[in-house]
Amino acid sequence: MAAHGAAVGERQQLSNGMLGFILFAASEVMFFGGLFAAYFIARADSTQWPPNDVLTAMKAAGTAKETVELHLEFVLPLIATVVLVISSVTMQLAVMAIQKGNRSGMIRFLIISVSLGLLFLALQMYDYSQLSFRAGDTIFGTTFYTLTGFHGAHVAGGTIFIFVCLMRGMGGGFSARNHEAVEAASFYWHFVDIVWIALFTIFYLIPLISGDSYVSA
Amino acid sequence: MASIVMPRPHTSERPAILDWLTTVDHKKLGILYLYFTLFFFAVGGILALLVRTQLAVADNDFVTNDKYNQIFTMHASAMLFLFIIPVWAGFGNYMVPLQIGAADMAFPRINALSFWLLPPAGLLMFSGFLVDGGAAQAGWTAYSPLARTLGPGMDLWIIAVLLLGISSTIGAANFLVTMFRMRAPGMTMFRMPIFCWTMLVTAVLQLLATPVLAAALSMLYIDRNFGGSFFDPNGGGNVVLWQNVFWFYSHPAVYIMILPGMGIVSEIIPVFSRKPLFGYKAFVFATLGIGGLGFSVWAHHMFTTGAVLKPFFGFMTFMIGIPTGVKIFNWLATMFRGSITFEPPMLFALGFISMFLIGGINGTFSAAVPVDFALHDTYFVVAHLHYVLFGGSVFAVFAGMYYWFPKIWGRRLNDKLGTIQFALMIVGFNLTFFPMHLLGLDGMPRRIAQYNNSDWTFMNSISTAGAFLIAVSMIPFLVAVVAAFMRPKDQPNDPWQGNTLEWYTSSPPPVHNFDDVPEIRSERPLFDLRHGKADGHR
Ligand code: HEM
Repeated sequence: MAAHGAAVGERQQLSNGMLGFILFAASEVMFFGGLFAAYFIARADSTQWPPNDVLTAMKAAGTAKETVELHLEFVLPLIATVVLVISSVTMQLAVMAIQKGNRSGMIRFLIISVSLGLLFLALQMYDYSQLSFRAGDTIFGTTFYTLTGFHGAHVAGGTIFIFVCLMRGMGGGFSARNHEAVEAASFYWHFVDIVWIALFTIFYLIPLISGDSYVSA
Repeated sequence: MASIVMPRPHTSERPAILDWLTTVDHKKLGILYLYFTLFFFAVGGILALLVRTQLAVADNDFVTNDKYNQIFTMHASAMLFLFIIPVWAGFGNYMVPLQIGAADMAFPRINALSFWLLPPAGLLMFSGFLVDGGAAQAGWTAYSPLARTLGPGMDLWIIAVLLLGISSTIGAANFLVTMFRMRAPGMTMFRMPIFCWTMLVTAVLQLLATPVLAAALSMLYIDRNFGGSFFDPNGGGNVVLWQNVFWFYSHPAVYIMILPGMGIVSEIIPVFSRKPLFGYKAFVFATLGIGGLGFSVWAHHMFTTGAVLKPFFGFMTFMIGIPTGVKIFNWLATMFRGSITFEPPMLFALGFISMFLIGGINGTFSAAVPVDFALHDTYFVVAHLHYVLFGGSVFAVFAGMYYWFPKIWGRRLNDKLGTIQFALMIVGFNLTFFPMHLLGLDGMPRRIAQYNNSDWTFMNSISTAGAFLIAVSMIPFLVAVVAAFMRPKDQPNDPWQGNTLEWYTSSPPPVHNFDDVPEIRSERPLFDLRHGKADGHR
């Protein structure tokens, strides 16, 4: 295995592990693609967005509040977006540090990235707690919580991944030649970041710019 | 350069059972996959017999309506998710590394994880029979509104299918990296055996389509457990949404279920015709073409919902007929003027081609949009899908079993018993499913526990008799397996005069697969070796 792995390996830059990881990420893209498609189809099918006019089964049965406000605030998610984008930059800086063999620089940037990841999650939790609607409140609530929730789970997974890299780095792991896990974590983190930017755009930015009343700054 | 010496991983003595539970050897995992999937083939088969018993005569009440729905749903789910899809991963696991001259898959431990996700999934899915309200009963397509409102058996079904989806997604990534990166020197992409190519395209389809299924299942789970409204018109959702997302997976899945079978048949036909495969490259491109088109036809399943661009998807479905036709032509041209012999692998391969041809023709037929309106949800559809999945895939599974049994277990299955099995199976198969075409044309709806039209009883009882004949046809197979295991391992490396690398090493192969790999100068390295066109240790 090693023998011909090396024979083929001369001219290739990506390792098997990295290639496998990229393929895995492609499957993640398709997963989010399915969720986004659901959002777009639901939205295209609604006469009004958010569908304040629909009477959910729970409302009809009197088990839910008669009116919920399908309303989003812009500022907090904007801050969360900035946090996540900065963490992508610091993650990249961590990779660049270890590429030069600078392990302590890498460790510093990994600590910042993990902290920003946790901050993002905290902001999201706080935001959820402030919203006046739940996943059961019309297709709007369902798509909102499903998409942002799955994204949040991926942020949590990515944060753990970076944290593991951090632990290995503090234990003396990684060098200029051997730091694949850090690159993979960074790659994954950028992917999670991009998904968030797409979510932020469709849930907050476009409605705000086009003057939809359900998002307010 | 005569041959390349492969490094040997070090081996140790451990109790056999521990060895099987912890193995990361692609061959052992392949065997585990085969055991697991054949077990669920039997389970799915028993459920099918219950279905056929209920339908044998008009107004039968062998099982209740409720039980019937559970039984046919679990029949289809077991056959598709626990048998056909993972059985290819089983053959692929065993054969792909051998066929490309590798010592193992690219990620052996992930490979073990892919397998070990299956048993819990099987248990969860079938534990539905024990819970309140019984197992899932919304059909394997799990359409809402039914799927939203059923009892907890449905949740178990969803979680099981999610686990299976994770298994096949990570398995697919593993196959792809293995084929891209682990090939022996000289084994270029265009020298890979056709079976590998079909596994490659299957893996791409799985990698990209299965996550969409996971998304759909997650939505269904959220609807059922967190008050979601994805598929609930009352909350502004839409049932057609499920169909769009589900069929984005399930159409490619139809090719996931059949392509590796085509690959196996393409390995067998040249060997037993003693000719090279006609049009190797055309075959590869046809496989790629089926893969690409597979993604673009998903909506043809939803013609009758009126939500899709009908002419476009109807046209794409016809288009799929073209690469499929190329393949059938290639197989026939390969056999033409060959010196054919009819050992069991060849018989099953020929069974595949002829049954698949019928399935393909009646499939193209129902792709014509007006026809689809009339036949949708009748037994014509049930006939079509079994001609493809049973007449196609299952015949290919047995072709592969008889063909590779000597390599995997070092013993040969008895030819006579194989021939008897084949004869019983093909007769039973046609008795079971041919009458369903006629019943469908006559308007008999599918997914019903009872019909009260006694004109349909005659055809239905033939069909039920056929189903039991299929069950009987498994007896010679089991006898052949038991008989084979009672004999010592006596098979040479290459009992069939094969073309591909797996026949170079011993039967069964050593843990490290190859002591050395011969020179590879074409897609038929072993043929080259026999005819002095390449160097090797023989
Ligand atoms: C002994 C062999 C088999 C028999 C007698 C049999 C019989 C049947 C029957 C009668 C139905 C229709 C149930 C209904 O619509 O009410 C059915 C459905 C189905 N079968 Fe089979 N089957 C067999 C093998 C297989 C195999 C090998 C596969 C796949 C690999 C398969 C896949 C399916 C699927 C996908 C459905 C559709 C269920 C649905 O409508 O949701 N069957 N089978």
